Amino acid sequence: MAVDAEAQFHVLAVDDSLMDRKLIERLLKTSSSFQVTTVDSGSKALQVLGLKEEHQTSTSALSPQHNEIEVNLVITDYCMPGMTGYDLLKKIKESSSLKDIPVVIMSSENVPSRINRCLEGGAEEFFLKPVQLSDMRRLGPHILKGKHKEQQQLHQEENSNNNNMSNKRKVMDEEILSESTRLRFSSSSLNLI
Amino acid sequence: MSLMALREQLNMLLNSMYIEGLLDQQFQQLQMLQDASSPGFVAEVITLFCEDAERILTELTKLVDQAVVDFQKVDAYVHQLKGSSSSVGAQNVKLACIQFRQFCEENNKVGCLNALNVVKHHYYLLRNKFDTMLQLEQRIQAYDSKQQN
Repeated sequence: MAVDAEAQFHVLAVDDSLMDRKLIERLLKTSSSFQVTTVDSGSKALQVLGLKEEHQTSTSALSPQHNEIEVNLVITDYCMPGMTGYDLLKKIKESSSLKDIPVVIMSSENVPSRINRCLEGGAEEFFLKPVQLSDMRRLGPHILKGKHKEQQQLHQEENSNNNNMSNKRKVMDEEILSESTRLRFSSSSLNLI
Repeated sequence: MSLMALREQLNMLLNSMYIEGLLDQQFQQLQMLQDASSPGFVAEVITLFCEDAERILTELTKLVDQAVVDFQKVDAYVHQLKGSSSSVGAQNVKLACIQFRQFCEENNKVGCLNALNVVKHHYYLLRNKFDTMLQLEQRIQAYDSKQQN
């Protein structure tokens, strides 16, 4: 799978409030021209991520379906009916195909035990609502870390199937790709408000 | 009315809303998010907020009117309203919701009835001013596009 150096980062935002979805979408697009998809529930989020709940077993290495979109970060509200943001976080982290996607949790309530639980559950950040433009700055490093992990994983998978010649070429390609990612990070970090 | 006069009216309206505590700093955040690529953003958020709030107030009125009040359900709705008022910068409404939740926690029906009235009072005051704000904005934008033609 070739990584397009020009591709935008894609964020999946999950919130049951229409107003908050509008807000987070605008915040994301304004701060960093992310590509944004919004959904109103955890189960819809899992569908978008390509994870079918019914077929998932605790140990299966579920491969993403071909029609799912690539997501570089999930930002979710904590308090949602049905599946909470924490439940969604756990499902993502328990999935072998999705566990490297960084997850950020938002909540209108400042409850330290809740915050700790989320961070211990694997969330990268916890944002207090209402989310501000300045909070968007904190997303960049996590998205890049996730992207880098994904590239590493792909590289490992491809390597195990290839002979030496292709390995050498692919190692060079990966270096070039991570160079362009690093360059893009340093230029985009200058642009983040 | 001239464009300048309209703009001045809008500014005065906004200032008074900040001073009277109807709006807080969060509303300024919303204004910062509006730009050429998203000129109707603030109006859209305000409209969504009002629709949401009125839906919730209708439900709350029914719930608090019951002989036996389901305080958990009431609290859940007030929590929602507190969230959206916080997101739009509706300070007085938000504060009234916080008070309301106190009464829910205490299972205090009379307290809840009163608190609901206070929330409604602040919400309708705000709604009124939002309506004026949106009308002024529309007139200003119409003026702008006329000038450009």
